[in-house]
Amino acid sequence: MNAVLPHLPALQVVIPLLGALLAGFLRRGGVAFALALAVSWIMPFISGAMLWQTLLTGPISYHLGGWEPPWGIEYRVDVLNGFVLVLVSIVGAVIMPFARRSVAFEIEEGRQAWFYCMYLLCLTGLLGITVTGDVFNAFVFLEISSLSSYVLIALGPDRRALLSAFQYLIMGTIGATFYVIGVGLLYLLTGSLNMVDIAARLDSAWPEYSRAIVAALAFVTVGVSLKLALFPLHAWLPNGYAYAPSWATVFLSATATKVAIYLLIRFYFSIFGVAIDVDTLPISEIIIALSVAAMFIASLIAVFEENLKRMLAYSSVAQIGYITLGIGLANQPGLTGGLVHIVNHALMKAALFLAIGAIFYRARTVRLTELAGIGRKMPLTMAAFTIAGFGLIGAPGTSGFISKWYLAIGAIDKDWWVLVFLIMASSLIALVYVGRVLEVVWLRKPTPEVARASDPPPSMLLPVLALASATIYLGFDTEWTVGVAGNAVEALLGGLR
Amino acid sequence: MTAIASPERLVLVAVLVPFVGALVIPAFHKRPNLRETVTLTTAGLLCAVVFSLLGPVIDGARPEANVFAIAPGLAVALKVEPLGMLFALVASTLWVVNSIYSIGYMRGNDEPRQTGFYVCFALALTSTIGVAFAGNLFTLFLFYEALTLVTYPLVTHKGNTEAIRAGRLYLVLLLGTSLVLFLPAIVATWVLAGTLNFAPGGILAGKTSPAILGVLLALFVFGIGKAALIPVHFWLPAAMVAPTPVSALLHAVAVVKAGVFAVTKVVVYVFGLDTLRQAGANEWLVFVASMSLLLASLIALSCDNLKARLAYSTVSQLAYVVLGAAIATTTSILGAGLQIAVHAVAKITLFFCAGAIYTAHHLTEVSQLNGIGRKMPITMLAFLAASLSIIGVPPLGGWNKWTLALGAADAGQMIALGAIMLSSLLSVGYLLPIVARGFFPSALEGESSKGTRIKEAPLACVIALGCTALLTVALFFSVGRVEQLLLGL
Repeated sequence: MNAVLPHLPALQVVIPLLGALLAGFLRRGGVAFALALAVSWIMPFISGAMLWQTLLTGPISYHLGGWEPPWGIEYRVDVLNGFVLVLVSIVGAVIMPFARRSVAFEIEEGRQAWFYCMYLLCLTGLLGITVTGDVFNAFVFLEISSLSSYVLIALGPDRRALLSAFQYLIMGTIGATFYVIGVGLLYLLTGSLNMVDIAARLDSAWPEYSRAIVAALAFVTVGVSLKLALFPLHAWLPNGYAYAPSWATVFLSATATKVAIYLLIRFYFSIFGVAIDVDTLPISEIIIALSVAAMFIASLIAVFEENLKRMLAYSSVAQIGYITLGIGLANQPGLTGGLVHIVNHALMKAALFLAIGAIFYRARTVRLTELAGIGRKMPLTMAAFTIAGFGLIGAPGTSGFISKWYLAIGAIDKDWWVLVFLIMASSLIALVYVGRVLEVVWLRKPTPEVARASDPPPSMLLPVLALASATIYLGFDTEWTVGVAGNAVEALLGGLR
Repeated sequence: MTAIASPERLVLVAVLVPFVGALVIPAFHKRPNLRETVTLTTAGLLCAVVFSLLGPVIDGARPEANVFAIAPGLAVALKVEPLGMLFALVASTLWVVNSIYSIGYMRGNDEPRQTGFYVCFALALTSTIGVAFAGNLFTLFLFYEALTLVTYPLVTHKGNTEAIRAGRLYLVLLLGTSLVLFLPAIVATWVLAGTLNFAPGGILAGKTSPAILGVLLALFVFGIGKAALIPVHFWLPAAMVAPTPVSALLHAVAVVKAGVFAVTKVVVYVFGLDTLRQAGANEWLVFVASMSLLLASLIALSCDNLKARLAYSTVSQLAYVVLGAAIATTTSILGAGLQIAVHAVAKITLFFCAGAIYTAHHLTEVSQLNGIGRKMPITMLAFLAASLSIIGVPPLGGWNKWTLALGAADAGQMIALGAIMLSSLLSVGYLLPIVARGFFPSALEGESSKGTRIKEAPLACVIALGCTALLTVALFFSVGRVEQLLLGL
């Protein structure tokens, strides 16, 4: 056991990578599923062990291949990325059992093994971005996760999935290009790709090359923002989520954007923030303005969406706005609220998309007009949907409330009272788009389309219920969300200049 | 044994009893009689638990239970103080009566989905008791929102377009005001005062400027949409599409009283009476509440639909409580407390009568009620008693209005005093003509009195409304005890 423990950071990435390779050789969907399930269930133990260790003894630094940083690639786990690793791996583990039936229902037999292969690759990429302490290595993993997610989306049951995947591919490539240009500038300025090293060297470069540094900052911001779907760079997301296979949507919505958000936080607070006085640049104002725009505009679009997957996708854009709002506030309560919302939103949105997946599995449609009265037919599924929906609104007693509470305090700490009302007013729009669905599914008479629907089998139902329960549980017990996030934020803000 | 039944435990038990009831009720879905027995038992048990707390609270005990802490500042905690005690007493007593009435009404009208109805009702009572016993603003907010959510299915019970539309208004207005105004006010209180715990004398004293206090008060008063202060009252008349037992207990007692109770509690325990008065931050509210009180009475005069008229009467009577809170003297708060109790008993009776009339004769408009008193004498007598109680005629009521008027006069609030007087006159105008129509049919009807046969609502309904009518009298004579309770504030 002692031989394995020091290598946990590498194993976090290597195991899913090997799993993907293996899955690529498989032909039977069932076998590939078993492999993906095994890998997904191992991941939380690794990430959990690492987070535990960082909480007890501080950051873990792992030198890949034994090469010393800054020459070799360093995997560096502190509370912040330990937190994100745990989130990604737990989401993967919890939703995995749902995949078997859903994937078998939506994807033809010959391609199912590919689907799991791509999922494992995507997982590799996402965990890799999070675990690495090297900006170029992060780029490689970013591409791994992106390319595999294009394929995941393209496997969708509808032909529109192909177009959506192509749209995402174009946008994603532009994002990656911007990112790599930013990284290139940083490399020119500092001669290093190691995050800690760049942060240390950027300081001395600032007086002479401030313009180049700002350019690097801008390129990285735009590149990563495309990945995390910051308004108005979100155009790829609604179609991608709407036409991807149900389960892929769940996975991507809960993890892919969250990891990109992590990368942005890392660049802002561990690299640029450490090296230069970011308050001299209007970053905060720009991020907050875009976040507020996302919260309102995307929510309003969601109100008028008939396709539930698209509605939830726009809701994601809006909810990402809350997270980036926390980044923009950049104070202890605000950033804590943002980080906490990464987890809270991931779990509740996964619950919602899973419920939609279950609906599609039973009723073969996700159009709201065709789902009248489905609550009476699938009561447990829709109860979970309802609970997670109230989480989106931020009702007290759900995890969403906790996020908004901290964001609001963060706004007041900055003396931006108007922002408090904007945060709450945008929740009201969430009430409208969630309430609209609840009204149709619970109060209307069941239509013939849904007459034969019923709650899905346990392998699909349990993940939905577990995630919905988490929405309530995390509304009352915040030790592992606010506690750990607060810890991470303290370290981030403490390192700021 | 004493440890098990200690007041601290009982506080928690009071909140849990209806919750457990709600979990048990669905088990008897197929056996309505057993199901209703569960409801009645739960209601009786709750009532007993709440009453057992009364003695200690009058003696000055403030039993509290810290359930758990969520994060700094956010804790679920219960604490019984006199105002909450009074509110819990009113709600739990009337739930017993209302449950009896519900059985008659729901079966008499052959309503669908009765199991769901009783489950939501029990959950609503859990939330109500939670609001009453909340030990801090967060707990209050938590149960306040829960109350909105669990009453939503009751409002939309009929499932037709009108009910759904009313439900939409109900949800958006109540959740909307609470999220956009109430919650920011709570966040602001936390940032300014550093605590959310209710404390005698308030927690905002000396923490901020009078102007901010005024703004904060506005956020609270309009954010607590359940208090139905004009202009955030629209949800209340709309919610009248619900079955009458819902209108009676929830929209005349539990929900709206949770609103005015929360306002009073915030004024007393968050702002502090002295702080508020000295800052002069309450002046605008005295005026707004007075106007709301009069305006709602005037609208009530013009309503022909019986339940709508009663709803606007409720809006007006709620404004009395807000007015009492706004004047912010010990006397006026006492008046507000009395008003909560007296109005609750009287208004539930009026709604019971309206429901009985609907169940027996399917009449909903005031103009259809000519001669109804001859067919339903007990119902209309109860209606008369409750009307007199609302108007403030001893021995059916009056202490509440008297104390409020006294409080207004003492504080030199002449506008408030005038409004209280005038509105009492208006309530004569919108309530007594209904009784008059009932007993003195115009000769034009051509229906000879010989032909009218007595046809009352189902027995359960009649018993219930008789009980509450008698309660108005009982309350008048036990006012000393209520005052004794409230003087512990």
